[in-house]
Amino acid sequence: MHIVVCIKQVPDSAQIRVHPVTNTIMRQGVPTIINPYDLFALEEALKVRDLHGGEVTVLTMGPPMAEEALRKALTYGADRAILLTDRHFAGSDTLATSFALSQAISQIGNSFDTPDIVFTGKQTIDGDTAQVGPGIAKRLNLVQLTYVAKITSIDLSARAITVERRSEGGTHVLKSELPCLITMLEGTTVIRRGSLDDALRAARSEIVKWNAAEAGIEDITKCGLRGSPTVVKRVFAPTPREQKAVQIDTTEKRVHDIANELVASIFTHQPALQHELSSADSA
Amino acid sequence: MGTRKTKAPPPAALGRAGTKRNLPDHFKKYRHVWVFIELERGQVHPVSFELLGEGRRLADQLGVQLAGVVLGPPGDSTRHAVAEAFAYDADLVYLVEKPLLTDYRNESFTKALTDLVNTYKPEILLLGATTLGRDLAGSVATTLLTGLTADCTGLDVDDDGSLAATRPTFGGSLLCTIYTLNCRPQMATVRPRVMRMPQRSNKRIGRVIRHDLRMLEDEIVTKVVGFLSDGQSENANLAYADVVVAGGLGLGAADNLQLLKNLAQTIGGDYGCSRPLVQKGWMAADRQIGQTGKTIRPKLYIAAGISGAIQHRVGVEGADLIVAINTDPNAPIFDFANIGVVADAVSFLPALTEVFIRRLAPGNHIRLVN
Repeated sequence: MHIVVCIKQVPDSAQIRVHPVTNTIMRQGVPTIINPYDLFALEEALKVRDLHGGEVTVLTMGPPMAEEALRKALTYGADRAILLTDRHFAGSDTLATSFALSQAISQIGNSFDTPDIVFTGKQTIDGDTAQVGPGIAKRLNLVQLTYVAKITSIDLSARAITVERRSEGGTHVLKSELPCLITMLEGTTVIRRGSLDDALRAARSEIVKWNAAEAGIEDITKCGLRGSPTVVKRVFAPTPREQKAVQIDTTEKRVHDIANELVASIFTHQPALQHELSSADSA
Repeated sequence: MGTRKTKAPPPAALGRAGTKRNLPDHFKKYRHVWVFIELERGQVHPVSFELLGEGRRLADQLGVQLAGVVLGPPGDSTRHAVAEAFAYDADLVYLVEKPLLTDYRNESFTKALTDLVNTYKPEILLLGATTLGRDLAGSVATTLLTGLTADCTGLDVDDDGSLAATRPTFGGSLLCTIYTLNCRPQMATVRPRVMRMPQRSNKRIGRVIRHDLRMLEDEIVTKVVGFLSDGQSENANLAYADVVVAGGLGLGAADNLQLLKNLAQTIGGDYGCSRPLVQKGWMAADRQIGQTGKTIRPKLYIAAGISGAIQHRVGVEGADLIVAINTDPNAPIFDFANIGVVADAVSFLPALTEVFIRRLAPGNHIRLVN
């Protein structure tokens, strides 16, 4: 069994600040992490490997520094890491990204072993689009299983897989076939701590680096800016609200008096609410 | 994974978007605005109506027609969806009715929607950014090799007729406006509750264009073998609640979530939280409010112990009245709340709950868990 996990190195968005005057992103000192959702994809891949045998290849596309994310993935126990890096990829939108990654996955199939499952996280915390996984699946003509909460069973000999997929208001149980692409939900599993052996191996491992040509990409116009149908025209800060909140005075008052004042203020702002909340309560 | 939104827009892109477009002939065939009407297990998702409201505005600006797209099994649910599309002001509906469209499956829905686009050529195609909509939109856009902008918070038509799709970037701290210049259709998804719910009219009829789906059940690899409903009690219908109470790190301990639930119960509201509480495992991810969680539009929103990072702001801005309770008078939440109370949420919430009980149901003594 061969599993490919696509991960992305992202800035830790919780630590991104916007410069108060210039409204530009202050990136200095913002640490990069593996996209948190991708860790659940990686863990699920490792669990499947541990159960069914085979190996796990992690793949990322990004600048040379993305090697750090791959090395980290190796410390969790991945067997092989491939960095897809080329200046031709700069400015890729989701369509161009899915093209480059799908070509690299085909190349991984040629160079090592055809993947049975491709995993990704449900989305990234920087782009938040959830489009690259479905894009890869379509380009590779793989069955697509998104928002997967649980892999119920895999029958390698029958090439069958059963998963639980989250949807609005419930969970669908889907039966499908291998090979497939799965995007994993967060919080689905406990992420392992890599063993000492894995950490030592990761430190020694060589990260395979591919440029566009090495990934088997012939048509470079499908990559990067040229391959991206979407164009970012403008980046701007949200307009600040004109007024700050009306503050309830809390000096030298009992907490109940403050609460009284707040509730009175709420009903002054929204007179209709008092009746609506009363009927909701008695219902 | 990779989107260009992590990088500043390169000069080349600015140049391209800045030029007046000269539509190639094969683009001129692409006309009208389409909204995918999401139908699963017999119900139309309300996000489809919100999108019809937006679609109507865009179609009027462009001077073109607004169409709903209904894919489903023959029967009442599909017929109802068609009628609802007209009630929310669609001019026409494209309808594909097949038993194999009973449950959502990527293969059949992608083929049906792609075939429709290739046959009737819309210039704009909008879908809800639900689990279904995002699954489908990604496949359709890749099949058509066109641009798709996810989770838009604003849609507009430029002077030259291009769709300007605005969405949060950098975790919501900035907004960016994205164009699809050289491909058609221009596709976008919008999350539930980001757009206003339009007025429903009594119009129940319009032109229905039926289309066939040439696909056999045997060609679809994925089979739906079961559905486990969240049930009414566990189903956090946060996005559509009129009153929402949410907690953040200021609650201090997981035990204090009960104070939040008590208040929510008292005022007949639903409860949620900001991202750190989900990361700490105090609350389920489907109750997270904000950029990576749910967008809400309640009449009243009470944020207890939430500092109001921009990621959170994006999700609550549509609320009619925002009340913030926080110990830090400089917390960013006071910049976008309507009413602020500088107080410790843990001691303030029980007092607030009591006052509400007295005001709303004076004779009714609700027993609350401490």
